[in-house]
Amino acid sequence: MIAALATLLAFQLAGEALRVALHLPVPGPVIGMALLLVWLIIRRGPGEPLRHTSGTLLQNLSLMFVPAGTGVMLHVGRLADEAWPIAIALVASTVLGIVAAGLTLHRLTRHKKDAQ
Amino acid sequence: MTPDSMTEIWVYLSAQPLLWLTLTLAIYLLAVFLHRKSGGHPAVNPVLISVSILVALLLATGTPYQRYFDGAQFVHFLLGPTTVALAVPLHAQLKRLLAMSGPLIVALVVGSLVAGLSAYAIGAWLGASAPTLASLAPKSVTTPIAMGIAERLGGLASLTAVFVILTGIFGAIFATGILRCLGVKDEASVGFAMGLASHGIGTARAFQLSEQTGAFAALAMGINGLFTALTLPWLLPLLAPLLR
Repeated sequence: MIAALATLLAFQLAGEALRVALHLPVPGPVIGMALLLVWLIIRRGPGEPLRHTSGTLLQNLSLMFVPAGTGVMLHVGRLADEAWPIAIALVASTVLGIVAAGLTLHRLTRHKKDAQ
Repeated sequence: MTPDSMTEIWVYLSAQPLLWLTLTLAIYLLAVFLHRKSGGHPAVNPVLISVSILVALLLATGTPYQRYFDGAQFVHFLLGPTTVALAVPLHAQLKRLLAMSGPLIVALVVGSLVAGLSAYAIGAWLGASAPTLASLAPKSVTTPIAMGIAERLGGLASLTAVFVILTGIFGAIFATGILRCLGVKDEASVGFAMGLASHGIGTARAFQLSEQTGAFAALAMGINGLFTALTLPWLLPLLAPLLR
């Protein structure tokens, strides 16, 4: 488990370094994810410890958002001032985004299956 | 134990990182228990339940958020390596992802632009202020990217973080229901839509459904973050006069 954690942290570190060096607009961990993917393609898949540790972390991905999410309490006042425009814009645009992405992919891939 | 000694213990412990770290984990475990108990119902969202209990607890005890975060930062830190770990399910689905790369790119462009530009247009139409609009536009992408984009557009980074979290929770709860109404049930489309519109929190929900759904969500979250970071900062100022 420690070796797997060290691997994940090393790729995160490499991602951070690359972001700073090349002034990339994407956060270090996302670059680290891309680097690890390339590494896994070269190595033809993860070893069992990395697969296991990644699985455990990802099953609890929700937990990692709790500390930042609790920060909502700092903005209650500002949110109240423009509550309705914010709530409606947030809900409506998220629904539109879900529908646009989901329906586009569904239509395009279904079409392909029909054609085969 | 006398009330005085209770107070003394509380005063000591509440200033320690250990208390808030332990409570974050314990409350999360409770939320996961409730989620399982509900048969995995999307409305019983572990992030929403945990955050609600913690905010209530912090307000009731008069604990400042910064003191809470001193303890909870250890959990927050795991977000980095866990994001890197998304490469493992992505690699497992690589063949499927590559076979669908054309449709995935089209869905990315359509979904990303609709999610970002509609937030701005609807907010503007309802009279939201300029900093609020700039903070709303990148709300579908993962927090660090969204904060950077908002700052470049003249928004407030911390407000954006709140919008990102709220969007994530909303998407995690409602995405499967909305897509089912439209007849979209395949793992690829559901996962992709969840990751695109509601980033990591949607992806966390997608992993509860299946590993395949989670992999598509992780892919959508990553490439939408990249795409939005590269397009929104110049596209939005260009289109803003038309959207108002």
